[in-house]
Amino acid sequence: MSLSTAPAPQPAGGPPDAGGGPEGSPLKRLFAFSSLNAAKLGSLQVVIGLVVIWTVFALAHDRFLTATNLTNLALQIAAVGTISIGVVLVLLLGEIDLSIGSVSGLCAGIMAVLNVKHGLDPVLAIVLALLAGAAIGLLQGAIVTAFGVPSFVVTLGGLIAWQGAQLMVLGDTGSINVTDPTITGLTSTFYPAEVGWALAAAGLAVAVVATVRSRRSRTAAGLPVGAVAWDVVRIALPAAVGVAALLMFGSARGVPLSVLIFLGLVIAMDLVCRRTLFGRHLFAIGGNAKAARRVGIKVKRIRLLVFVLASTFAAAGGILAASRLLAVNQASGSGDVLLNAIAGAVIGGTSLFGGRGSVWSALLGALVIGSVSNGMDLLALESSVKFMVTGAVLVLAVVIDATTNRRRDDA
Amino acid sequence: MTVKEEREPLLSLRGVSKRFGAVRALDDVSFEVAAGEVVALVGDNGAGKSTLIQVMSGTLVPDTAEVRFDGREVSLGSPADASRLGVATVYQDLALCDNLDVVANLHLGHETHAAAVLSEVEMERRAVGLLDELSVRVPSLRTPVGMLSGGQRQCIAIARTLLGAPRVVLLDEPTAALGLVQKEQVLDLVRRLKARGLGVVLISHNMAEVFAVADRVIVLRLGRRVATLPAVAEQQQAVVAAITGADGGIPVAAGGFA
Ligand SMILES: Nc1ncnc2c1ncn2[C@@H]1O[C@H](COP(=O)(O)OP(=O)(O)OP(=O)(O)O)[C@@H](O)[C@H]1O
Ligand SMILES: [Mg+2]
Repeated sequence: MSLSTAPAPQPAGGPPDAGGGPEGSPLKRLFAFSSLNAAKLGSLQVVIGLVVIWTVFALAHDRFLTATNLTNLALQIAAVGTISIGVVLVLLLGEIDLSIGSVSGLCAGIMAVLNVKHGLDPVLAIVLALLAGAAIGLLQGAIVTAFGVPSFVVTLGGLIAWQGAQLMVLGDTGSINVTDPTITGLTSTFYPAEVGWALAAAGLAVAVVATVRSRRSRTAAGLPVGAVAWDVVRIALPAAVGVAALLMFGSARGVPLSVLIFLGLVIAMDLVCRRTLFGRHLFAIGGNAKAARRVGIKVKRIRLLVFVLASTFAAAGGILAASRLLAVNQASGSGDVLLNAIAGAVIGGTSLFGGRGSVWSALLGALVIGSVSNGMDLLALESSVKFMVTGAVLVLAVVIDATTNRRRDDA
Repeated sequence: MTVKEEREPLLSLRGVSKRFGAVRALDDVSFEVAAGEVVALVGDNGAGKSTLIQVMSGTLVPDTAEVRFDGREVSLGSPADASRLGVATVYQDLALCDNLDVVANLHLGHETHAAAVLSEVEMERRAVGLLDELSVRVPSLRTPVGMLSGGQRQCIAIARTLLGAPRVVLLDEPTAALGLVQKEQVLDLVRRLKARGLGVVLISHNMAEVFAVADRVIVLRLGRRVATLPAVAEQQQAVVAAITGADGGIPVAAGGFA
């Protein structure tokens, strides 16, 4: 059957080109644009929340908004933020992974034991630790997909089991100091601001070229292109944030390698989620798994892959944490690591119910939680207060999200 | 009262039986639809309509059945078999992803891509062409379908099947729960499918719309095909009688195709 048979009669009273997206008034085009970016609107709320938090702490303590402290903050969030990237992927799928904290601790332990006790090359130790993470994800994902067991239960089992494995790997000493310069360098390397400027300029160039090319190909295909002003804003806003961050890093110790790693992972995974077949199918499964299966999407394969990615990002986060704390011990990856990683993804705007969210919420959420924690440390508040405030921020973020964002979807 | 059809059926089934335990959901049922024909499949609740649609879409394997497509004997063992033949189904629950936009839903599972990277512009261009041709209106192609009206969603679900270039489209109660205007929108679309030479099978409980769009009506009762009637206004009484069994339950012209 060809799509060009039988010219369809137009229903009365409609413009002949009505199916063709937002045409006509600029107002209509504006509306189309804003609905296109409903997810980004959610991110905007988090940004506003972040501004509020920063204002409060800046007023409460004069050292909060200094370059030194903000650099510190960035270093503090890189590890848990990296774990959060994996959480976002799992949440987008409509699943959960409760084992990420334990996996991060176990894989950091594996790296430390291989490097310190067995004298393995640090890069090899890191790669093996990441592979161990991937293998754990493969196992957990296989159990979830093969037996149809809820991921909640499987990864809850994982939470306990991998913690046991971590104790076993670390042995009787229970704590291993990491001194290898390659490993510690992951979080103690700072590049001069010029490196940051060069990277930012390259990123800006890529964004501009991609936007121009997208506009060209849309025009060539006869599709409507939005106002140039929007594209300018879309590029200029992140660029402005980047400039501010670089000025800040530059006036302190420089641009931290760990922040570049974290940011690079966020950007890469965001592109994977929005631009690739895998990402599209991931969102489809999270939105309606039954529908995805019916149209022939390989649901099991994608589920498996996402659990592998989640555990691998957990391992990467664990490695960054070990590098920063210069040690792996029995408590690595326990405590609030799991909760902060999940809370960060949710605070950042990724839905717990699948199919809605963005990888950027890993960064935004980690910033919110990190800022609250960092600010309260400056104010020398007790951890009892810190826990309660962090919990309250999480609930508040979800309530704001539920009352604004979701209502539009229900309508 | 048999409708005399000269056309060779595009899809035909014979001797379809399916039992669920003690329930005979389908009992030696035959069915046929020709190219460019709209066949309405009607019957009371539990008559076996959805079961028959599931057999045709390959999602349910019957106990016995003989299926011919375009004159050839074929097997419908899986949904993949059905879509390979060109039989597309719009399920009662639509199977749309509410979180994805119109373009993404239209191409779901069949995305255009180059080396794993989505070709959004190409997909949007095809979506514009398709919706244009079917006169389906949506506020924006980038609206998540969860924000569309019921009629718009139904149209998207139907339009989606056309990207696979099907020859037969099965619609399970496409107008249930739609308002008047939206219902008309969907029926318009059904007429357009017919005009394009597709075979259309329409399940409906609404006699008015059956008689508005269908060429033939096939009536199922308690898993048996009890009547086949032309969809002309004079036959409305007879169809209702066949559905309820008020005609005494005698199979009227069962299997009366050609
Ligand atoms: N999976 C199943 N298991 C057991 N019985 C089933 C199953 N599917 C259908 N049936 C039975 O088969 C019979 C026919 O069901 P079917 O869903 O085909 O009816 P229908 O004509 O589509 O009704 P409705 O108008 O309510 O949608 C019913 O008695 C139903 O209970
Ligand atoms: Mg039914």
